[in-house]
Amino acid sequence: MNGSNALLSRVADSLYWIGRYIERAENVARFIGVNLHLMLDLPGENAEQWAALVHASGDRVAFRERYGEATQSNVVRFLTFDLDNPNSIARCVQAARENARSVRDTISSEMWEQVNTMYWFIDSSRNSLGGEPLFEFFHRVRMACHLFQGVADVTMSHNEAWNFLRLGRKLERADKTTRILDVKYFLLLPSINEVGTPLDDIQWAAVLKSVSGFEMYRKRFGRMGPNRIVEFLLMDRDFPRAVHYCIHCADECVHAITGNPQGSFLCASEQQLGMLRSELDFTRVESILTSGLHEFLDGLQSKMNTIDTAILEDFFEARPDAAVAGSAGR
Amino acid sequence: MRFSSYRTEGFYDEMFEEDGSPRPHARLLLESVESLPDGVLLRRKVAAERLLLQMGITFNVYADSAGAERIFPFDLLPRIVAAEEWATIERGLKQRIHALNAFIDDIYHEQKILKDGIIPAEVILSAASYRPQCQGLDPPKGIWCHIAGIDLVRHSDGQVYVLEDNLRVPSGVSYVLENREVLKRTFPQVFEGLSIRPVTGYPSRLLETLEYLAPGSGHPRTVVLTPGAYNSAYFEHSFLAQQMGLQLVEGRDLVVNRKIVYMRTTRGLQRVDVIYRRIDDDFLDPQAFRADSMLGVPGLMEAYRTGHVALANAPGNGVADDKVVYAYVPEIIRYYEGEDPILPNVPTYMCWKNADRAYVLENLDKLVVKAANESGGYGMLVGPASTREQRSEFAGRIERNPRNYIAQPTLALSRVPTIVEERFEGRHVDLRPYVLYGRDIYVLPGGLTRVALRKGSLVVNSSQGGGSKDTWVLDKPMAEPMKAPTTGGQQ
Repeated sequence: MNGSNALLSRVADSLYWIGRYIERAENVARFIGVNLHLMLDLPGENAEQWAALVHASGDRVAFRERYGEATQSNVVRFLTFDLDNPNSIARCVQAARENARSVRDTISSEMWEQVNTMYWFIDSSRNSLGGEPLFEFFHRVRMACHLFQGVADVTMSHNEAWNFLRLGRKLERADKTTRILDVKYFLLLPSINEVGTPLDDIQWAAVLKSVSGFEMYRKRFGRMGPNRIVEFLLMDRDFPRAVHYCIHCADECVHAITGNPQGSFLCASEQQLGMLRSELDFTRVESILTSGLHEFLDGLQSKMNTIDTAILEDFFEARPDAAVAGSAGR
Repeated sequence: MRFSSYRTEGFYDEMFEEDGSPRPHARLLLESVESLPDGVLLRRKVAAERLLLQMGITFNVYADSAGAERIFPFDLLPRIVAAEEWATIERGLKQRIHALNAFIDDIYHEQKILKDGIIPAEVILSAASYRPQCQGLDPPKGIWCHIAGIDLVRHSDGQVYVLEDNLRVPSGVSYVLENREVLKRTFPQVFEGLSIRPVTGYPSRLLETLEYLAPGSGHPRTVVLTPGAYNSAYFEHSFLAQQMGLQLVEGRDLVVNRKIVYMRTTRGLQRVDVIYRRIDDDFLDPQAFRADSMLGVPGLMEAYRTGHVALANAPGNGVADDKVVYAYVPEIIRYYEGEDPILPNVPTYMCWKNADRAYVLENLDKLVVKAANESGGYGMLVGPASTREQRSEFAGRIERNPRNYIAQPTLALSRVPTIVEERFEGRHVDLRPYVLYGRDIYVLPGGLTRVALRKGSLVVNSSQGGGSKDTWVLDKPMAEPMKAPTTGGQQ
């Protein structure tokens, strides 16, 4: 490894979080956008649809304390502009920008300019977003996030630093897919007996749209069916927001970083990711549904937390004494 | 926009002669600006500001609440320096930096200049920026001031004077490079027909200067050390690191083990050979300087002293940019170089001398008073613009601590036409060229022209309402315009 390729732990940490924050912002924008659409199709108040979003992407307790009722405008404000909510779009983009600023010499200028432009766009929308068409705003946020990812992919060398960025993105994406599936499935459970009614179809379609998966699901399975949707979102090997696909990519990233071949492990991150990947490789959706989807998703999230901690310990934490001995030859 | 209503108002103007006719080196630029269709200049100005914000070329204002970000105002109309004049400035700066480096080395070794009575020893040894920790230290290649920014001003007599030497951690060079970039992107027309010396080579020169210092052979690992993303000059630190392809590190990324400096990477610790540090001496190493520093690297000075790592600039070099020491620079040049200074100093009264102090206290309303050890326009009194209360407050400060103050006549800094609302008005400017001292001494052609945007103001610092301009050094002398009209050719 020569000098110019060395990656500072702090920088790797920041890149990982830039990946996470941009992905998080995009997911929140998409969830809100889809819900706004859904509301137009559903009769009545449907406050539970908005509560589900808080559930999936934010802090329920903090929301209840500061906003009370889960109305559309409360939830949109909480998830979009509230800088005290660590998962709001504005906060995520702000945090991504601060991280990007501190690694400005590692990322490309184009990446910095994109996250900076996005920051100023959201900042300037804060006050003007009253009569503005909401759809347009959330669409622009999503596109800005996509643009960042695209710019990163074509302007930055696909080196170790880029793999940390990508690792953060994939793990965040897997996490968000499990969360939206968890709350929406729970919300739709009572209607499982009424499978096939038009209303049911609309709601399941909304779940898929929440992860931009509607069209790809149609091509894969055709008719709406809860079991197939769960299979698609958890197990699909080709759909980029399916948990299986994301974990597979994350596993690839970690091995690209260490240089160790996939299927083996030298550190906890590789081990934990490899174990989760093979679990997903060899599980049938029927057995998940029989033993309980919620329990399975809970288990997935706790495994992803373990992976996150392992990455922190393997790559971001300074271990001066252990490492000095091994670095004599640089 | 036209220059027809522009007035020099009795000041030396960089673009116009006293009688209002363009100076020969500015004529072509002025003509091309005047030929622009109405409104173009103002539209370009808006575009340039948007570009600066988008590129994130902003600085944090300390006095403002956290997160207050401003762009450093940029005026589209460049300042031009004629080729002949630049040649003199360049020679003068090289001479000055060479002498200052010799002076610093002498102070931290034999102190011959003090023993010979050229400068009173107490003036040096009482300077806040004199570091006893550096006594006897031999920096790599004997260089103490690798990167310097020397502030120049032109007075109404047309003479260019040195106003200040910034040897510690001079900033601003990134604006020189970015201003040129922004001007090219937003206003390419004005470059036509002129041959302007490029500035883009600076990062390569800086990298060479730094790598020259590396201990041992082989490929050295060089890093830029920043106090962090909240420092007002952070943009510059990241910009230079990026342009040189170096790691930008913070103090917490570095660790010293058995007098070797390492950085913490995802693959363990890796040795560092050269550090371009953008942290003041005080905060560099809590074991050697301020113990409460959170920004520094414990043990760094020990590693430096043993020659395991090179630091640029060298700790302790601030002793030569103390404002009292400044007054002695002409003597310093004569002493070490055996020559007269090419660039003169501004006459300076030293308040520790009884006669000087008496004069200063009598004439506070006419003088500029500066604290010996501050920069950025802080700790300064501009006499003619001051109130009675401010003057009496400064008189008290001077009497309590005369060593810490100098005074200079208020210079009528030269002016340059600047876009103010929808017309051109004259604004005062200075010029900070950058000098690199490595294998040889290199002066970046041009430098940072800072402009005091407030009408009548003489304070150009960004923290005090200053902006900047691109600075063009012409490649060759401009032919004098023909005296007698000839056929054709003249537009």
